[in-house]
Amino acid sequence: MTVPAIAVSGASKRYGAVRALDGVDLEVGAGEFFGLLGPNGAGKTTLISALAGLVRVDSGSLKVMGHDVVADYRDARRQLGVVPQELVFDPFFTVREALRIQSGYFGIRRNDDWIDEILGHLDLTAKADANMRSLSGGMKRRVLVAQALVHRPPVIVLDEPTAGVDVELRQGLWQFVRRLNRDGHTIVLTTHYLEEAETLCTRIAMLKSGRVVALDTTENLLARFATHTLRVRLASPLGADLGALRQERGWLEFALERYDEVEGMLRRVREAGGEIVEMQLGEPDLEKVFVGVMHS
Amino acid sequence: MTGFSTLLYKEVLRFWKVSFQTVGAPVLTSVLYLMIFSHVLEEHVEVFAGVSYTSFLVPGLIMMSVLQNAFANSSSSLIQSKITGNLVFVLLPPISYREFYAAYVLASVLRGAFVGLGVGLAALPFADLAPQSPLWIAAFALMGGAMLGSLGVVAGIWAEKFDQLAGFQNFLIMPLTMLSGVFYSIHSLPAFWQAVSHVNPFFYMIDGFRYGFFGQSDVSPWASLGVVVVCLVLVAGLTLNMLSRGYKLRS
Repeated sequence: MTVPAIAVSGASKRYGAVRALDGVDLEVGAGEFFGLLGPNGAGKTTLISALAGLVRVDSGSLKVMGHDVVADYRDARRQLGVVPQELVFDPFFTVREALRIQSGYFGIRRNDDWIDEILGHLDLTAKADANMRSLSGGMKRRVLVAQALVHRPPVIVLDEPTAGVDVELRQGLWQFVRRLNRDGHTIVLTTHYLEEAETLCTRIAMLKSGRVVALDTTENLLARFATHTLRVRLASPLGADLGALRQERGWLEFALERYDEVEGMLRRVREAGGEIVEMQLGEPDLEKVFVGVMHS
Repeated sequence: MTGFSTLLYKEVLRFWKVSFQTVGAPVLTSVLYLMIFSHVLEEHVEVFAGVSYTSFLVPGLIMMSVLQNAFANSSSSLIQSKITGNLVFVLLPPISYREFYAAYVLASVLRGAFVGLGVGLAALPFADLAPQSPLWIAAFALMGGAMLGSLGVVAGIWAEKFDQLAGFQNFLIMPLTMLSGVFYSIHSLPAFWQAVSHVNPFFYMIDGFRYGFFGQSDVSPWASLGVVVVCLVLVAGLTLNMLSRGYKLRS
């Protein structure tokens, strides 16, 4: 059996009266693209910080590639690359200096070939010798990604990497992260952009008040919690009530479990004397799942 | 070891890149003290037999610079990294708290040594400096710098705002270094203030350091060495304990 990339068991952490983590159990398999979702204050960053050794849990254990983050912290940290949420940088150094120093912290001396490769992928080659202070916000964000990758960690955690990032950079970043995932890296992502999580992540955990409230493949979550919607606009109002979810400005909205229910629904509308002028089909999306889970 | 040596390199590079402020400025301050005090007191004071006041003053100024700059280095580096958030780059890698401690303290010792050397060189035109026993000089500079570098780690981690750190520096480090016999021999003080000076560990660092230059001192250099070693062990123990618990670094 292969070792899970991340194994969290019974992790709890209190800050005064607040339970930031309340018995979290979670396993992320090697090579997964995993999403960690939840509203602000749900415990996502606390969980990531605990994995990274920045926060010490009150009880429970966390392992990265089988290495306990406390007892075996050196090996655990070598396996993990973290892109922090805050846009932090050291104003004393150039991009290349910052990356060389970060490599050294992980015990790697001559790392320039790999550093050049990362800089190339992140479109930073031209800025290699620029001081960190002179970079734009988007570039600083990319340097943070580069810093997390200097030691070629098998597990990469990105804590809201696209907050406040423009569309072009976001797409470039996802292309690169997808490539890393294809190359075998495990990716754990937190984001508030649910459409990003929906397209990228193969499995998703949702946190609420420090607890895991949903954990499944993205496909299953969409199938389980979300519904398809059928919207039709009629030439004239219907006499009968067909159980529409919503009714406004001539549009009727119906909730359907599956696409094969569309035909039956349309037939009922026609049988009730409705003349369909326009029609729209709505896909299930993660936002609906998210809202459903958080309110359940 | 690479983690430690890289952190040490980064800390040295950090102050070296702004050496105009971190080395040049304190050397200038010391030279100003030297010019003013020696001008005013040269004719009036002879502390040790056969040693001019200016010559007496120089080792004290060197050691005061070593101590103040060692403290400034680790404390300012840590608080800047904490406030800007980039300390996370040091906390994420597999660096042990002992390596962390050694790197910050050694970088502080080096900054202190650079400034001390600068003050010594700048003072050469003003005073006769013929060190009698360089080993004593090196021992006190190293241990004094290490103790203040260590105190700087404590202050930098404890302080959450720049003004808290400034308070630590202005109300503790400055008075203790200024009142440690840099500018005078404590034998010239009234009995009460002599007694007060004897509980100031900085006095022993200055006195022992000065012994290395003149072979004369207010107390035996061995006694001073004993006090400095005990203080260093206590401060290092406190600092390592804070770091091992992750005090204010790992919540």
